[in-house]
Amino acid sequence: MLDQTFETPKPKVIAGAKHDWELVIGMEVHAQVASNAKLFSGASTQFGNEPNSNVAFVDAAMPGMLPVINEFCVEQAVRTGLGLKADINLWSAFDRKNYFYPDLPQGYQISQLYHPIVGEGEVIVDMGPGVARRVRIERIHMEQDAGKSIHDMDPNMSFVDLNRTGVCLMEIVSRPDIRGPEEAAAYIAKLRQIMRYLGTCDGNMQNGNLRADVNVSICLPGAYEKFMETGDFGHLGTRCEIKNMNSMRFIQQAIEVEARRQIQIVEAGGTVDQETRLYDPDKGETRSMRSKEEAHDYRYFPDPDLLPLEIEQDWVDNIAANLPELPDEKKARFVGDFGLSEYDASVLTAEVESADFFEAVAKDRDGKLAANWVINELFGRLKKDDHDITDSPVSPEQLGGIIELITKGDISGKIAKDLFEIVYTEGGNPAEIVEARGMKQVTDTVAIEAAVDQIIADNPAQVEKAKANPKLVGWFVGQVMKATGGKANPKAVNETVSAKLGI
Amino acid sequence: MSDLHKLTIADARDKLRAKEITSVELTQSCLDAIDAADSLCAYVHKTPDLAIEAATAADARISAGDAPDMCGIPLGIKDLFCTQGVDSQAASGILKGFKPEYESTVSQKLKDAGTVMLGKLNMDEFAMGSSNETSVYGDAVNPWKVDERNLTPGGSSGGSASAVAADLCLAATGTDTGGSIRQPAAFTGIVGIKPTYGRCSRWGIVAFASSLDQAGPMTKSVRDAAIMLETMCGHDPKDSTSADIAVPNFEAMLTGDIRRKKIGIPKEYRMDGMPAEIETLWQSGTEMLRDAGAEIVDISLPHTKYALPAYYVIAPAEASSNLARYDGVRFGHRATLGAGDGITEMYEKTRAEGFGPEVQRRVMIGTYVLSAGFYDAYYNRARRVRTLIKKDFEDVFAAGVDAILTPATPSAAFGLGEMTDADPVQMYLNDVFTVTVNLAGLPGISVPAGLDAQGLPLGLQLIGRPWEEGDLLNTAYALEQSAGFVAKPNKWW
Repeated sequence: MLDQTFETPKPKVIAGAKHDWELVIGMEVHAQVASNAKLFSGASTQFGNEPNSNVAFVDAAMPGMLPVINEFCVEQAVRTGLGLKADINLWSAFDRKNYFYPDLPQGYQISQLYHPIVGEGEVIVDMGPGVARRVRIERIHMEQDAGKSIHDMDPNMSFVDLNRTGVCLMEIVSRPDIRGPEEAAAYIAKLRQIMRYLGTCDGNMQNGNLRADVNVSICLPGAYEKFMETGDFGHLGTRCEIKNMNSMRFIQQAIEVEARRQIQIVEAGGTVDQETRLYDPDKGETRSMRSKEEAHDYRYFPDPDLLPLEIEQDWVDNIAANLPELPDEKKARFVGDFGLSEYDASVLTAEVESADFFEAVAKDRDGKLAANWVINELFGRLKKDDHDITDSPVSPEQLGGIIELITKGDISGKIAKDLFEIVYTEGGNPAEIVEARGMKQVTDTVAIEAAVDQIIADNPAQVEKAKANPKLVGWFVGQVMKATGGKANPKAVNETVSAKLGI
Repeated sequence: MSDLHKLTIADARDKLRAKEITSVELTQSCLDAIDAADSLCAYVHKTPDLAIEAATAADARISAGDAPDMCGIPLGIKDLFCTQGVDSQAASGILKGFKPEYESTVSQKLKDAGTVMLGKLNMDEFAMGSSNETSVYGDAVNPWKVDERNLTPGGSSGGSASAVAADLCLAATGTDTGGSIRQPAAFTGIVGIKPTYGRCSRWGIVAFASSLDQAGPMTKSVRDAAIMLETMCGHDPKDSTSADIAVPNFEAMLTGDIRRKKIGIPKEYRMDGMPAEIETLWQSGTEMLRDAGAEIVDISLPHTKYALPAYYVIAPAEASSNLARYDGVRFGHRATLGAGDGITEMYEKTRAEGFGPEVQRRVMIGTYVLSAGFYDAYYNRARRVRTLIKKDFEDVFAAGVDAILTPATPSAAFGLGEMTDADPVQMYLNDVFTVTVNLAGLPGISVPAGLDAQGLPLGLQLIGRPWEEGDLLNTAYALEQSAGFVAKPNKWW
């Protein structure tokens, strides 16, 4: 069982002119479901296709067209819910959210307001060794993405691309449990990590496949604890929602900027208006998008084209039984089974591909050594070339081969680095390279003794000095290594030199 | 001109089988009749070339043997059905020029069975109306006439009713959201059945109110309704609300034997101010069924009086959302914009120009009842009423009732234009006997049962158990046999 004891991080405190202020943050994360087809049509979800080429009749809301649920998207939402330790609702339903916009052909978005497919869950957000924030998940629901409006291609016209229209999104709604910009970024990173492990969202923020609306409010120290005790939002400040952000950096900046704006208002005796705001990264400010009064009336009502979604417990159990190992479990196992530090385990489990790579390297080998090599040598080298673990020129088998040669004492650590570079740039079987290029470490005592004898014979003056000052042993070792082209086993050389000199 | 267009589906089928006639002859007879009947304004898009092509193919199929029952039968198709490459504009200006690249499931099934589409039929705009007076094409006219007054064929399937009654096709498709098949059938002396919700696929039918809309046949006889319904219905994976329930051979169930069937007479359908003639017709219908061996029982459907208001909340609510897609962006009408006009002006002008007043009224009602602050008072309350109405029927059926007999309409056909200045609610009252059936998702059929004092047809409605259209059709068949309604309108057009 996973050990989940951890300390809670301190909330971010911003010093105002009059008080210290704490931040309270809740997030609505929109994650594009990894699926080949859209939520209610068979059209492709492929990113980057010609505008308006991934469009079925129903996506364009042609008259008389009807939505039919994509079962795979449902499975992905359930899988995500299970990954967030959440309740799965066997009965859920779709509602229409009505508003007019050219990139919303139906004039409504099909969503799940009243009965979402996933209920309460949680995410453990690591904030350093032994420190983590438990963020409660309120719900996850499925909904259609909108298309894209393009306003800057022509001075008189706007264009619409429906490729994205109807792609399945999961909206993951958190409780206001996030207490600072760093935690907000770490929360998204953790969600992203979990979903990538599950294969339910590719987490590509640049393409907009993962984006967030962030609700920010401020409160005086102590108020949040009262809120947590009572559940009464009255203890918290008025929140503003910053819409649609798809960069971790901007999310952090926006939270900080928005909190400072609210502090300024409140300390000047004003009140914060509940509203929707946009973050402008160029100006480093948030600005009002629409106030509460201007808020749309979405006229939600149950979508009469779709029957309620009923799923079987057996089906859910089957998905649960086939869930992959999740980051927290994997990290704990790496610490336990391989003796890794929590830090190393975190680095290796950050991406499932890295973790898999490491495990392939470490299998039946020295886990710590494998971790050092993957983290320090391989990651460093990949980064230098702007490579990813998935396109690493060195395979786990090759790196494992190098580690085996080290463990057997066939090569020294220094030679191993040379060997790694050869394997990285030229490829090939490490053992064969070592053999072919004579890189093998000399452990043959006869050969080492001969080399030591030769150096002693050639340097009688040094021998005398060494007898007076044993530290000079190192000089002899160095000479022997030089004479053997670095291939002699340093430990064996050291022992032989000491013995021959009688020190 | 031949009289082949006056045939029923069943008779034409037998003659086609016996090689007494060809589908091309039959089709040509209908096309000639259509061309001579422009004054009825039943057909709004004629497709004679496609019809002859389909008829020729049907003749080949019949010659080859094993053609389906409906093969070679010429039909009219309500304009609400999307028909590939053929104008389909739901009688609305907003879909002007819209030619779908797809064929509705129901019309595709009819096509696959070898039927011949003669053209598209007039209707109320977006199926919203009870008199076919909201159509952008102008009023469809009832072939039945009193003095020199033009009468409504009813609505919304007014063109379909007019075309069938005037023999401008052998049968037609209709759709029924609150009575749009049954009321016009009653007004024109023909048979119209709305099957159980989920029997016919809604895919490709322009949506009015998704939870109520159903397609059905409008025919010259109950037998024809049975034949045509069987072809139209069946499970469609493209419509999530379509039921995966086997379709029986409805025609084979027409034995006319209704002995020991229990027929319920609901007291709540005896409305204040109902014309005596309707009361008398209902009474005589009851006697006919009793004479045929059925057991007549008085029943109560206590929530009936709330049905009409609930319907006029739910249907507009769904319509306001369903019609949001007509925004001028992708298809249909788009208003010409002035300098400085933006997207809001485009929406406003396009929809103001494209939608007629009744559609606008319902979109506004629907938008209102779904608004924050009104949702619970209207929409949610209406949904609860709907549940109660459904339960009324379930209780009656659970008590052993097989079918319920009611009048189809509160009056005979009225004059075109007569209701123009009336309160819209007066028009909505036309649906008083039919909307309950849609709210409960049940099958209902209108059967012509007599003439009023002016010589206009009147219909009776039978309501059946869900999915038991076969049984319902058989009861209707028995009623039809007893009523012996054979009157036809005098040809004046």
